[in-house]
Amino acid sequence: MKLEELRFGTELLKRGFASMQKGGVIMDVVNAEQAKIAEDAGAVAVMSLERVPSDIRKMGGVARMADPEKVLEIIDAVSIPVMGKVRIGHFVEAQVLEVLGVDMIDESEVLTPADEQYHIDKKQFKVPFVCGARDLGEALRRINEGAAMIRTKGEAGTGNVVEAVRHMRNIMGEIRMLRGLDKQEMTDYAREIEAPAELVFECAERGRLPVVNFSAGGIATPSDAALMMQLGADGVFVGSGIFKSTNPELMAKAIVEAVNHFDDANVIAKVSKGLGDAMPGLDVHKLKDDEVLQTRGR
Amino acid sequence: MDAKIGVLALQGNVSEHIDAFLLALERMGHGPSSEVFEVRSPAHLAECNALALPGGESTTISRLIDKNGLYEPLRSFRGGIFATCAGMVLMATRVDDSRIHPLGLIDMAVDRNAFGRQRESFEADIPMDGMDGGPFHAVFIRAPVATTAGSAVRVLARVPQGIVALEQRNHMALSFHPELGSDTRLHQRFLNRLGIAAIKK
Repeated sequence: MKLEELRFGTELLKRGFASMQKGGVIMDVVNAEQAKIAEDAGAVAVMSLERVPSDIRKMGGVARMADPEKVLEIIDAVSIPVMGKVRIGHFVEAQVLEVLGVDMIDESEVLTPADEQYHIDKKQFKVPFVCGARDLGEALRRINEGAAMIRTKGEAGTGNVVEAVRHMRNIMGEIRMLRGLDKQEMTDYAREIEAPAELVFECAERGRLPVVNFSAGGIATPSDAALMMQLGADGVFVGSGIFKSTNPELMAKAIVEAVNHFDDANVIAKVSKGLGDAMPGLDVHKLKDDEVLQTRGR
Repeated sequence: MDAKIGVLALQGNVSEHIDAFLLALERMGHGPSSEVFEVRSPAHLAECNALALPGGESTTISRLIDKNGLYEPLRSFRGGIFATCAGMVLMATRVDDSRIHPLGLIDMAVDRNAFGRQRESFEADIPMDGMDGGPFHAVFIRAPVATTAGSAVRVLARVPQGIVALEQRNHMALSFHPELGSDTRLHQRFLNRLGIAAIKK
């Protein structure tokens, strides 16, 4: 094996990394202690960030990439992959996280966007990216920019699963609809949703997105997580839902089990018992326009 | 012999393993009487003559094996096991992480994440001992290696960091991911060693 013949940061390595996360729960953590709790509960990866989304909502102001010291502290604390969030379009924050050794970067609407026109050109990076999407067009635009994984956006920090459901149904429903279209109609549809036609054909052929598709934004209970899996998610991100509940250790383990047995109501019933309170929820219809995160980036 | 191949479906890249074994069986001329299916319980496991342990997060999969009552059934499984990446970690007798409860089915010590983080993940052509058709294009993702292996182990490939492909009895363990490509030579070799031969037309 000659060193010059090794290839790093290829599309296959990026998508391959994402596919290893399937069937797993990725948990938001803000320090090493939370990261260890997540790892011990069976998380497949942790998402390092400065504040969980519900605190970002409360505190207001500009939300940015986490302090590198915090990210490194979390990397040192666990052996599972560590992801990190950057602002939409902020490719320098992404360069920094790549240098720190983060395993996947989330270009996230939960942070304050740095560019209202362009997302990061993700093909320039060796590290894989995950991006949010609300519908098929948005998902395919992100994949076309180089995203190796998609997560439906939902509405982060609300503890309310309704938007996560809406976005997963959008994407899965659009893909199901493609099966009834011929190639010309698909080309037309691709134009309508502002997505590359080739990627639309690929979705129709495979009956799914070309990359792994997780659910995020509002998952607060084991049943919420199983609901998203039954709707077709490959796995789930849980943000505020774990460390804003009254018993994070129990909640984290219960959500991992619910995802593993997402089609077995007996298991979900068992793990849902005596968990204490889930995070307090918000009615998404009462959010003001500037409090809605999902409309950031398109 | 028909193949009844299970893929342990607790967490990880299960569907890629199913697709790769289906492709291998097709190339070997097998029809619908050979099957590939997901395994989640001891009852499913009892139906298999071969099992794949997929890639994924080894700490998570290890926890779920215990939780689902699969640890002893896996240890006493009589068929062959095809283990990649996280699966290789689980097959070991010793692992450098106390959270893993390894199955001890291959006499080897394994280091997790032996190459480093995702940015150190790589693709490379690796020469395979005793396999025709040239080097194998291998995809290493946060891969483990075997640092030592017992005398009953046949080493198929090694890199400077350690052993990346090996066999013991009916089992094969690989640091890398043949299921992410379309080269099924290793799958076919594994099946042949189990007595599942290509069907002549």
